[in-house]
Amino acid sequence: MITEFTPIQGLLGGGLIGLAAVLLMAGLGRIAGISGIFSGLLNAKLFSAGNEQTWRIYFIGGLLIGAALFGSIVSVDVAFISSWPLLVIAGLLVGAGTQLGSGCTSGHGVCGMARLSRRSVTATLVFMLTAIIVVYFVRHIFAIT
Amino acid sequence: MKHLLALTAGFSMGVGLSLSGMINPAKVINFLDFAGSWDSTLIAVMGSALATTFLGYRFILNREKPLFDERFHVPTRNDLDGSLIFGAVLFGTGWGIAGFCPGPAIAALTTLNPEPFVFVAAMASGMIVTRALSTATQHRKSLQ
Repeated sequence: MITEFTPIQGLLGGGLIGLAAVLLMAGLGRIAGISGIFSGLLNAKLFSAGNEQTWRIYFIGGLLIGAALFGSIVSVDVAFISSWPLLVIAGLLVGAGTQLGSGCTSGHGVCGMARLSRRSVTATLVFMLTAIIVVYFVRHIFAIT
Repeated sequence: MKHLLALTAGFSMGVGLSLSGMINPAKVINFLDFAGSWDSTLIAVMGSALATTFLGYRFILNREKPLFDERFHVPTRNDLDGSLIFGAVLFGTGWGIAGFCPGPAIAALTTLNPEPFVFVAAMASGMIVTRALSTATQHRKSLQ
């Protein structure tokens, strides 16, 4: 599956991702790490009175509205290449891994790296290298989708 | 105001992930695949996001506190433990298999294709199970 190199959209989109991180830190003092924000939503006490965590709902809501609005104006190329069993395995690994490792591409890769956090720089290098090795095995050695 | 700001930040993140093409798993896999049809767009996305955040944080974190909270909720740990490394390995494995990480997968739900729903449901399950297991482990340690 060939995809086109799109540097202008990449730079602009990346700038908006950075802007989101800057806004959330300036206003709420929070790291814009999606795995952390999303896992905070999976909490039975989320809606109890006086809960300080409801901003998470607004953030994820805004993310969905932004993506939906963009997708309704511009046609977005999306190609899902994995079978359902692989999606389930990958989802479980990403869920477990981001909990144990305290972050994902946004939390460690963008926010943590921008703070020059030793833990985040290490985590980012480890998950990038792991992913590159895994893609090589999955796509070329075993050739499974 | 606090919630409006969270909504705006989320909106910017959602548009950014879509515009940059990161909600397309094929594009992410092609970045990670040096032996295939390499697409280096992710470098532009990551570089631009990092530069913006780095500059923004310079100004913000010098302030006493954020606009709508009493303090900055920034991690202070600096040690490299097994959990961080093992977690990053598991996450990298899942990311490499499907080309989805949490932000793009959630944004891709808006395409209404079944694939991101399958992925996000599995991801949520993985988070809940891992959290329950680590709470149980900590509880056992505290009893010893």
